[in-house]
Amino acid sequence: MDGVAPYVTADGRQIGGVLMDMRGITLRFGGVEAIKNISFDIREGEIRAIIGPNGAGKSSMLNVISGFYHPQDGEVWFRGEKRKPMKPYQVARLGIARTFQNIALFEGMSVLDNIMTGRLTHMKTGLLAQAIWKGRAEAEEVANREIVEKVIDFLEIQAIRKTPVGRLPYGLKKRVELARALAAEPKLLLLDEPMAGMNVEEKEDMSRFILDVNDEFGTTIALIEHDMGVVMDLSDRVVVMDYGRKIGDGTPDEVRNNQEVIDAYLGVAHE
Amino acid sequence: MSADFLYGIEVVLNGLMAGVLYALVALGFVLIFKASGIFNFAQGVMALFAALTLVGIMEGQVPFAHLINAVFGTNIHHFGWQVPAILAIFLTVLVMIAFAWAVQHFVFRHLVGQEPIILFMATIGLAYFLEGVGDLMWGSSIRTLALGLPQGGSLWVEEMTNGLGGDDFYGFFIDKLDMVATLVALVLVAGLVAFAQYTKQGRAMRAVADDHQAALSVGISLSYIWVLVWSLAGIVALVAGVMWGAKSGVQFSLSLIALKALPVLMLGGFTSIPGAIVGGMIIGVGEKLFEYTIGAPYLGGATENWFAYMLALVFLVFRPQGLFGERIIERV
Ligand SMILES: Nc1ncnc2c1ncn2[C@@H]1O[C@H](COP(=O)(O)OP(=O)(O)OP(=O)(O)O)[C@@H](O)[C@H]1O
Ligand SMILES: [Mg+2]
Repeated sequence: MDGVAPYVTADGRQIGGVLMDMRGITLRFGGVEAIKNISFDIREGEIRAIIGPNGAGKSSMLNVISGFYHPQDGEVWFRGEKRKPMKPYQVARLGIARTFQNIALFEGMSVLDNIMTGRLTHMKTGLLAQAIWKGRAEAEEVANREIVEKVIDFLEIQAIRKTPVGRLPYGLKKRVELARALAAEPKLLLLDEPMAGMNVEEKEDMSRFILDVNDEFGTTIALIEHDMGVVMDLSDRVVVMDYGRKIGDGTPDEVRNNQEVIDAYLGVAHE
Repeated sequence: MSADFLYGIEVVLNGLMAGVLYALVALGFVLIFKASGIFNFAQGVMALFAALTLVGIMEGQVPFAHLINAVFGTNIHHFGWQVPAILAIFLTVLVMIAFAWAVQHFVFRHLVGQEPIILFMATIGLAYFLEGVGDLMWGSSIRTLALGLPQGGSLWVEEMTNGLGGDDFYGFFIDKLDMVATLVALVLVAGLVAFAQYTKQGRAMRAVADDHQAALSVGISLSYIWVLVWSLAGIVALVAGVMWGAKSGVQFSLSLIALKALPVLMLGGFTSIPGAIVGGMIIGVGEKLFEYTIGAPYLGGATENWFAYMLALVFLVFRPQGLFGERIIERV
């Protein structure tokens, strides 16, 4: 693995120190061990991919990071501090935003409203204060709207701003979900299969957005993806999981030439 | 216009106003159901409890007087002061918020992820518990609510309209209290809608009603929102309790208005605020009109006791999701 010293990538992006450090994570569901003693880190500014065959435990790992699952064993370190067990909403307030493999949007609300919910962690005016100082609440709303509009422009979804999300096709829903996560201006962005079920063109768009987010805002990104081509193109480093174990960790090139990884993907029998 | 027809209209108007109260109670149900999937059997008792608390505070009654006297051998019942209505209403709202917090903290926090039927059972327990607490706090006698709301037929309406229908028609008879109730309900609903649409908590509330997982992921605390909706339902219960109580006294039967909200919900759908309002109106008008045109002349009257349920049943057969409820499609 690379050292922890900051460095600049070939395409000129700044990679900093360790942002998120997973240490010896073990997660069980009854008898099933979804994650077996896995350690890996995510460095500031990088795009980190998590790959592996179906049921490898990738989504479970993302759920541990975002507080939806609580590991039986192991430690989660964020920005140099050991994190106590947290609820998902608390994790979100730390500046960790996410999307879901099966899309979790507010189907009954408009695209704009959905994205606005991404700003909730930034809204400070309390319930009473909103009633008393109407002006302050309005100013806050306006400031948040501006950021949301920027995100909308950035992801090129101006045309559907007022559309109820329930009516959108799948590919656009994925994009709105990304927009909602971006609106939170997260330190760390977790994407669970952002391109699953998309056609080639949609995948290209999504890849471009992910690269641009990382490049322009310096957002650290951890993403799960099945499409190898995409993973190799996007990511700085890759963690490979198989049956809950970590079987590879390194740059795309290193991982590609790792025999255990090759075996897992070719379906070589496990001893 | 014939007098019969005009009296028909009067019946409709009165039905609309009765419907407002049904709608208010139903609204309390919908708020909680939408946000948490809990069907709150205690909504009616909450209305009773809120009204009792309001009367108790206004009259300067000592809460838990019986208990205190029994334990300490004292004999106190009143503080000896009267609390102005506005202040009493404010204090009662605080009590309802405390109740909402307690419900979340002591009951539902421990039942997250349970089957709906278990949550429902918990609210039945809650209903009887709250009834007991209300009894213990404020006693069980029938109370009159002296908020100074206008009551009796509105002469003004009668005079304005008596020219409409010739000699047999004496103008519309409309209870002033009903008019006030309608006005208050309108303000309340407008306030709720504005809250849901324009405040950050309102947006969070809608988000939770839509998708729990997504709501968590954007940093919304579900338990905070649940305390919020129970508080709102408590405030709605207070308004319903006050209106109903001003009409027929604050007494146990008040908690039974919850049963009238059931057909309203079947009609309007359990998740729709407009549904609760329109459903309330339809039930209110429907039962008055049925009584006027068919019930009283042909069926010996008193059809208001069962008409709402029958209407809801017929409705249920043809449109189970209610007027505005989301269509339930089972995906296989
Ligand atoms: N909530 C849960 N309850 C019980 N078992 C679970 C739960 N979530 C995941 N699992 C199990 O954990 C294992 C890993 O699942 P996970 O969803 O993390 O895999 P994945 O790598 O994301 O797979 P895919 O590529 O199909 O999305 C599977 O055996 C799965 O059945
Ligand atoms: Mg997965």
